[in-house]
Amino acid sequence: MGGDRITRGVLFGSSLIIVLLSGGIILSLTGGAIPAFKEFGLRFIFSTQWDPTAGKESYGAMAFIAGTVITSLLALIICIPMAFSASLFISEYFKGTRGADILRGLVDLLAGIPSIVYGFWGFYALRPLIISTGLSDQGFGIFTASLVLAIMIVPYATSISSEIIAMVPVELKEAAYSMGATRREVIFNVVIPSARSGIMASFILALGRALGETMAVTMLIGNANIIPKGLFSPGNTMASVIANQFGEASGLKMSALIATGLLLFAITAIVNALGKIVIKRFA
Amino acid sequence: MTDNPILEIDNLSVAYETGRSAVKNVSASIVRNAITAIMGPSGCGKSTLLRAVNRMHELYPSIKTTGDIRLDGESIFSMPVIELRRRIGMVFQRPNPFPNMTIYENVVAGYTLNDIRLKKTQRDDIVEKALHSVTLWDEVKDSLFRKGTFLSGGQQQRLCIARAIAFNPEILLLDEPTSALDPVATAKVEDLLGELKKEYTLLLVTHNMSQAARISDDSMFMYLGELVESGKTETLFTNPHDQRTEAYLTGKFG
Amino acid sequence: MTKEIFLNENIRQRNRKNKRFRWLVIAGSVITIIPIFLIVANLAVKGVRQINISFFTETAPDTFQAMIATSNGEIIPGGIANGLMGSLLMVIIASLMSIPVGMMTGIYIYENSTSRYASFVRSISEILQGVPSIILGIIAYLWIVKGVTRGYSAFAGSVALTIMMLPLIIRSTEETMKMIPLPIREAAFALGVPYYKMIIKVLIPCSFSGLATGILLALSRILGETAPLMLTALGSPAISLDIAKPVSAVPLLIWDFYNDPNMVNLVWSASLFLMIFVLSLNLLSRSLAAKHKYI
Repeated sequence: MGGDRITRGVLFGSSLIIVLLSGGIILSLTGGAIPAFKEFGLRFIFSTQWDPTAGKESYGAMAFIAGTVITSLLALIICIPMAFSASLFISEYFKGTRGADILRGLVDLLAGIPSIVYGFWGFYALRPLIISTGLSDQGFGIFTASLVLAIMIVPYATSISSEIIAMVPVELKEAAYSMGATRREVIFNVVIPSARSGIMASFILALGRALGETMAVTMLIGNANIIPKGLFSPGNTMASVIANQFGEASGLKMSALIATGLLLFAITAIVNALGKIVIKRFA
Repeated sequence: MTDNPILEIDNLSVAYETGRSAVKNVSASIVRNAITAIMGPSGCGKSTLLRAVNRMHELYPSIKTTGDIRLDGESIFSMPVIELRRRIGMVFQRPNPFPNMTIYENVVAGYTLNDIRLKKTQRDDIVEKALHSVTLWDEVKDSLFRKGTFLSGGQQQRLCIARAIAFNPEILLLDEPTSALDPVATAKVEDLLGELKKEYTLLLVTHNMSQAARISDDSMFMYLGELVESGKTETLFTNPHDQRTEAYLTGKFG
Repeated sequence: MTKEIFLNENIRQRNRKNKRFRWLVIAGSVITIIPIFLIVANLAVKGVRQINISFFTETAPDTFQAMIATSNGEIIPGGIANGLMGSLLMVIIASLMSIPVGMMTGIYIYENSTSRYASFVRSISEILQGVPSIILGIIAYLWIVKGVTRGYSAFAGSVALTIMMLPLIIRSTEETMKMIPLPIREAAFALGVPYYKMIIKVLIPCSFSGLATGILLALSRILGETAPLMLTALGSPAISLDIAKPVSAVPLLIWDFYNDPNMVNLVWSASLFLMIFVLSLNLLSRSLAAKHKYI
């Protein structure tokens, strides 16, 4: 049985690789971020100044934190009615029909399109549309980025929401129907309250996706190192500033970008953990 | 059976898919202020028949119905389904209080669900009266604003009956209401049904013959979708006309 | 008392609200899937012109060639061969690293599902799956570009993709293993088969299509990844198979073309190709998954 022990050892070793890898990621990010935090302290988080001019370098991530949070939340707001309709379509109105299968398949396809294709499509197809509305001269900015981001996260919100809605017990719905409630009333009084935390979790996890999205946002947000002043103002997210500036960075700037990555890592991890907790409590 | 039935079922057939009929050409009359039991082995179509009475099967578009059911002489298929379900309440096999609502909210759920706004005093009245009717008041009066999930199965089922009668229906449909309950809770619910028939007409589906014998006034025996025999419970049990009824009652199948 | 209330109450209005909401749901659902049609149609119409044999066999043109061709109204010469080879190279290396480790970890978690360490590993894998890909780019840069290859390299790109693939492989392995009926494993054990043989001869074959689904899905995810490669593989105008040197990748080419106004036509084609390729993998994996369910 010595052979079995070796097999078990190899399996355990693989699992250890995952643990070490994750530990290494956190250590490396933290290590890389130390110079920036040493130089600027907490100011790195709260300052909006991002000035790479040699000699008077000053880095603060607040503009990017704000950009990330604003675009992601806006994307979430746009995503909610879409994902919610699709979930009700799939798991309530047309449950078990071909139509539901087709819609589910198409929504899933949205998740398969690469981020850079979304960005490119947004740039050449959506941006002119937004310019033509007259709301923005350039067509870049928070709103354009959020709109594309919303389309990208719809499949994540829909897949969990529709699963949870499908799990609402038939007996509860029938009880409400037997008292004369219409379908809409059953949805609002029975289905949604029963599936509430699951639906919430699905949107939290979709938000987690939005926070870390890089390419599409980088191509559409306008890349200005400022706190966005309005819906059509340009900005930058944590991910997009890393994508744009990491290549030519070194020294303190590199450290500031890694520190931004560390913050992004922390925020996404917290949001994802929150979603997982909500979903576990539901199940 | 009598000269003034509240509900008349007229040549009713219900098919799940084409060709597979769960209820075949059933005609029957349901007597006012009495308990009518529908018996038969599982799969005989008794639940399907019951659910047709408040058009629950319309939730599933593949189910096709022919024939007619008349409530006080008026066809149920020509009245708005909302009105029909308001006049005919339903209690299900497994207790199903709404887990997101308190006990109080559960009792008035019929009103909330139907967008009927009531004054607080009216609501309080309805809740107290309904819970008294199902003899649950004393047990829950101190926890009206807690979620109903901590109640025992029997209490939950009585809460569901309260929810149905709070809406003041004319007929109460009961789909094997005690099959998920223990004997003590079952006895309580049976006593309760005996009381309720003074105010309501009860149509009860049961696979439990002794329950039908104990509490019903009239009985219907169904087999393979057909209504084999119906009449006074006493007559049906002591002197069945049909061989199949006799075989079922003497425990030969089912 | 109650009867009166019933009469006051407006059934018609409620039915109207009910219908309206149903149409709202249908309309919302249609709006949700409109983008997929728009994207596919847009890319197909504008991208198909540039797709020919040389699109797959030649490397990317430089900006002058593209400019001359565009101003003459011709199609841009050259193709995406350097990107294709780079993508292929990095995906193969990433698969070689992530599939064995991921599968073994998945089997470990499944076999020890009651242990606290195993559920700890599962949680870590879930966290890893949520890490934004750009951060994995930073990590691969710090570890490989600076530490191992001393410069941008295909290997660094592969490492970033490996870390992305691992949690996907781990999860799909565990999920598929769960579906293997216990008696099958017990039967193998009862015959006195050594543990490693049981894994190779019983567990893996029994869950083959599930594992294939997971792997295809993971591949479809990493093939479109751009951000981490910008920080690691960098891109290269020539075909290169040296894992210690920078290479291009299809999404990196799209990024390069996008930043060069002369190359716009080529972006449509490259995007069309990448999307079709990724979506086909995606669909293939899903049709495999559907088949698997009915076995």
